[in-house]
Amino acid sequence: MGEVKLLGGLGFSPYVNRVEMALKLKGVEYEPIAEDVKNKSPLLLQHNPVHKKVPVLIHNGKGIAESLIIVEYIDQVWQEGPPILPKDPYQRAMTRFWAKFIDEKCIIATWKACCSTGEEQEKSKEESMEALKFLEDEIKGKKFFGGENIGFVDIAANFIGYWLPIISEVKGVQLITEEKFPNLWRWMNDYCNDNFVKGILPSKDALVERFKSK
Amino acid sequence: MADDLKLLRTWSSPYALRVVHALKIKGLEYETVLEDITRKSASLLEYNPLHKKVPVLLHNGRPVCESLVILEYIDDVYKQPPLLPQDPHEKAMARFWAQFGDDKVMPSTWRVFTSEGKDQEEAIGPLTENLKFLEEQLKGKSFFGGEAIGYVDLAFGWMGNLISILEEIIDLKLVDAEKFPLLSAWINKFSDDPVIKAFWPPRDKMVEKFKAMREHFLKQVP
Repeated sequence: MGEVKLLGGLGFSPYVNRVEMALKLKGVEYEPIAEDVKNKSPLLLQHNPVHKKVPVLIHNGKGIAESLIIVEYIDQVWQEGPPILPKDPYQRAMTRFWAKFIDEKCIIATWKACCSTGEEQEKSKEESMEALKFLEDEIKGKKFFGGENIGFVDIAANFIGYWLPIISEVKGVQLITEEKFPNLWRWMNDYCNDNFVKGILPSKDALVERFKSK
Repeated sequence: MADDLKLLRTWSSPYALRVVHALKIKGLEYETVLEDITRKSASLLEYNPLHKKVPVLLHNGRPVCESLVILEYIDDVYKQPPLLPQDPHEKAMARFWAQFGDDKVMPSTWRVFTSEGKDQEEAIGPLTENLKFLEEQLKGKSFFGGEAIGYVDLAFGWMGNLISILEEIIDLKLVDAEKFPLLSAWINKFSDDPVIKAFWPPRDKMVEKFKAMREHFLKQVP
C-alpha cells in the first residue's frame, strides 16, 4: 500500500500515540522517525509548515498533520483492517462529535486542572468535572466508546485513559476517581489493560519522569 | 418517507450559516427554527445539552451538533454534489484547512477586531501569517474546493461577509487586496455566488451587533 513514515516525538505525545494505535490496529507497516521538537527536521518543516508539530504521517511522499485527521485518513485508506469509525453516517457524526469534545474541552481543562495554579486551576477543575460527567454518561453501558471494540473515540481519549491518571498522580490532583466517575473509571481500566492498547502505550515510569519536570 | 430536516440556528451565527449553505448546495428542503441565544429554548437544551449552542441539525428527529461535524454528516448522507473530495489525501487536507480556520484564522481575526492601539498592532502579525497560508492554498484555484464551492469554502464562509463588516467597524484592512489578491478575490467570488448570497444576514444588523461586541470587549481590558 506504499511507503508509510510517521514523524513522532520521543514517545511521550498522546497525539503521536493515537496515530501509532491506528496504524497498528490496521496492521500497517511504517517507519517511525523520532523528531526532536527543539531541533525540527527539514522533513517536518516540509510536511507541516503550518504548525511544525508532530505527528505527521507521510504516505507515498504526501504528508498529513493533526492526529485525528490522520486517524480518519488511515481508516479510509486501509479498509482491510478493523474499522476505526462506524459505517453508519449518524454513528460517524456522533463519533466525530465526541472526539472533538475530548480534544477541545476535556484535554485542555484536565491538563490545566493538574498543571496550572491559583484561580486558573480552580476554574479548570470545575470545567473538568463538567466535561468528565458528559464522558461518564456516554460510556455507560458500553465496554469501549466504540462499543465492543476500541474505536475512534477510544483512540481520541487516550490522554484521558492513560496520560491523565499519571499526570494526576505526579501533580497530586485527583480528577477521575471510582467514586465520582465509576463508568469512566471502569473504562480506563479496561482500556489500559487491553492487550492491544497495553502494547502501544509508553512506559508509565518514563511519563512520570517527564511530568515531574513540567 | 421523505426526510425531515430541521435546523436550529440564530439569525447571525456564521457556524449555522455553514449548514444553511451546505443544505442549499445539496438542494435539500428543511425547516428553520430560529433561536434566541439569550433565551435558549427547551429544544436547544435537549438536543445539544453539552454545548447548548447552534447550529443543531435534526434529521428525522436525531440531532447532530457542531457545524463541521454536521457538514460531514450531510455529505455522508446526501452524496451529490460532494462537499469533500473523494481522494483520501485531499479529504484529509480539506479537514486540515477547515480546522486551521477555526483554530487559528478565526481567533487571530477576532484578536485584531477586539483590540486597539498597541495590542491591535501586535495582533496583526499572527493574522497576516495565517492569511498567507490561505493565499497559498488558493493558487491556481477558483475556490478552496477547486472549481466549485466545497467544504473548506463553507468553513471559511464567515470571511465572505464578516471581513468587510469588521474592516468597516475598525477602519482597518484585514485582507488587503494587494497583499492577498487571491484571498480577496475569493471573498468576492464566494459572497457573490447566488447560492451563498441568498442567505447573508442583514448587513446593518450585523454591523450593529459587531460594533456592540467590540465595545464590550474593549471595556473588559484592564
